[in-house]
Amino acid sequence: MNFLKKERTKDANYISAKESRAISKENKKITDEIEKKRKRKHIPEEEYVTKMKNPDNVVEFDNVHTYFFTDIGTVKSVDGVSFEVPQGKTVGIVGESGCGKSVTSLSLMQLVQRPQGQTVEGEIRFNMGDHAVNVVNAPMDMMQKLRGNQMSMIFQEPMTSLNPVFRIGMQVDEVIALHNPQMSKEEVKKRTIEMLQMVGIANSEGVYKMYPHELSGGMRQRICIAMGLACSPKLIIADEPTTALDVTIQAQILDLLRGLKNKINSSIMLITHDLGVIAEMADYVVVMYAGRVVEKGTVQEIFKSPKHPYTVGLMASKPVVGKDIDRLYSIPGKVPNPVNMPDYCYFRDRCEMCVEACKGKYPEQTVLSPTHVVNCYRYSESSGSNGNDKKEMKEVQ
Amino acid sequence: MKTASEPLKQNEDNILEVSHLKKYFPIKGGVFSNVVGQVKAVDDVSFSIKRGTTMGLVGESGCGKSTAGRTLLRLIDKTDGNVLFNGTDIYALSKKEMRTLRPKMQIIFQDPYSSLSPRLPIGEIIGEAVREHKLVPKDELDDYITKIMASCGLQTYHKDRYPHEFSGGQRQRICIARALALNPEFIVCDEPVSALDVSIQAQIINLLKDLQEEYGLTYLFISHDLSVVEHISDTVGVMYLGNIVEIGATEDIFANPLHPYTKALFSAIPMPDPDAKPNRIILEGSIPSPANPPAGCKFHTRCKDCMEICKTQEPIAKDMGNGHVVKCHLYN
Repeated sequence: MNFLKKERTKDANYISAKESRAISKENKKITDEIEKKRKRKHIPEEEYVTKMKNPDNVVEFDNVHTYFFTDIGTVKSVDGVSFEVPQGKTVGIVGESGCGKSVTSLSLMQLVQRPQGQTVEGEIRFNMGDHAVNVVNAPMDMMQKLRGNQMSMIFQEPMTSLNPVFRIGMQVDEVIALHNPQMSKEEVKKRTIEMLQMVGIANSEGVYKMYPHELSGGMRQRICIAMGLACSPKLIIADEPTTALDVTIQAQILDLLRGLKNKINSSIMLITHDLGVIAEMADYVVVMYAGRVVEKGTVQEIFKSPKHPYTVGLMASKPVVGKDIDRLYSIPGKVPNPVNMPDYCYFRDRCEMCVEACKGKYPEQTVLSPTHVVNCYRYSESSGSNGNDKKEMKEVQ
Repeated sequence: MKTASEPLKQNEDNILEVSHLKKYFPIKGGVFSNVVGQVKAVDDVSFSIKRGTTMGLVGESGCGKSTAGRTLLRLIDKTDGNVLFNGTDIYALSKKEMRTLRPKMQIIFQDPYSSLSPRLPIGEIIGEAVREHKLVPKDELDDYITKIMASCGLQTYHKDRYPHEFSGGQRQRICIARALALNPEFIVCDEPVSALDVSIQAQIINLLKDLQEEYGLTYLFISHDLSVVEHISDTVGVMYLGNIVEIGATEDIFANPLHPYTKALFSAIPMPDPDAKPNRIILEGSIPSPANPPAGCKFHTRCKDCMEICKTQEPIAKDMGNGHVVKCHLYN
């Protein structure tokens, strides 16, 4: 093993075939064990039934770790993420691609690519009224009852998330019929058409009989939303719902989502990298970087007084209409290699506001207000930040 | 309209003049693949770009902005109209003459993942066209490529690597280096940052601006991201269904949008400020099919200020002062 280590210091990305084989063998051992546990016929209820910490929350993520066991090493896509989604509120999750925001939502739906992708630690508690379900350990049949019924997902690409060979009506019918087996075919169809009308499709009877290719991107996204909302879920996960759409259509879709949220009183988990969309839609914001939450707070706290250097940099790098700046701020460097994460603050190598304490291990949470939490040494009490640093930060803004 | 026999004149300040450019794509159908209709992707577009400035072209997807960019480079043939580049009508040139002109006008494509050949190393991707056009002596080629790569923020050792080893932002840098290597005067940037993350976007936009200052480049910046266009452009053209509905200096257009479509488009931009209460004009429906555009003003089906005249008569362009031209019956 010693000579292998030497090789690695030469080139961090180099992995010999022998080493890769050893890793995949090790991975198989780990994933087989987890899969075996998951595939048991009768999983006792006490393993997944828990209690919510706060009954007003719909979902509580508690120290969730989702890893991908790949042949070049373990990728810690989600590494200790904790936040909660309160009833009737919208929580926005921001971050660059590859920061783990989508994997977080997939973990909640138990849709992570298995067996290589596994939620290995932590709890995701989903509120079921009198009790809570820990999604991480929940058996498959339990999940099937939850998905689409209690929580549903709207994907980024409306072009690829509809099945091209089935009519729109049939695809929406399927969701309703599956979760409401007592309904007759006519009732299901009536409900589907109601849903299509609700998402603002004028010719709903006609669209019912159409195929996805006959519709535009905005219309398809409406169909996806109709499918997602068909069973009035408690939680809607919108994974970049407007990224593939034009601004004018984006405005329509956001308007629609907001209206529907109030109508059926559900919560939204909104994943996007567009800060404008977040500011408009969200009540709470979670900023993720390299698999971890670096800052979270209410939308006012995050936008009015961003604290983490990454959040500040992210805000400064986006041009804003009506704001005249000569040069955009760009965060130097790039995201660290996900296979070998450093043991210090992940943002340190790109950070322009490093303090002495940053040389230590990954920073702990610092609570700034009951809702505003940041993981940065600049704000922890021991090292503290002086007035000088704050001034510097304002300049960057 | 000018005919081919008439000598075409160009203002000295302008690097590019486009007049009444049209591009129709035939729709084929039936047993013998007869032409049964036309998609009017670009329908009578005229504008000019001053040397050393950036013109932004915005609009929804399918409005013909990319087709306009490609037609004015003669990457696809025009249906009608004229494109004058440095005083020469590029559609009057022979294939051979066009080839010698090509290095002067380059394009950067939207998707850095599909616009680089996966089988060529970076040095070859950047140097291929330079060698082909014999812009640099053979023995200096290597140094020249290194120099160009350095100015785009790429390292020398990247030269022997292949595109798959790079991230999206770096690939876009390679695309920029490839265009820049030919020492162009004019670059069409076809959505160069929309496939990139916000922080990478900022790097690429800054790079484009730096290169413009250094080499005195002229850009046509095609994008649907209005905030990026406002940041980078000197003039802005707003396209809708193959037409430019409004064109003018960036400050004029953003401070005082006149066309109802421009107003709706600008009001739809989400502001990264939780206190901003958007006074939003929501456009109903989506863009009509360019194969069968509505009669009269093409925007009248979605316009909230629609009048009777809009349904029958196409509006003519009107200059509202300071080169701010709008095509709408409200101002006639």
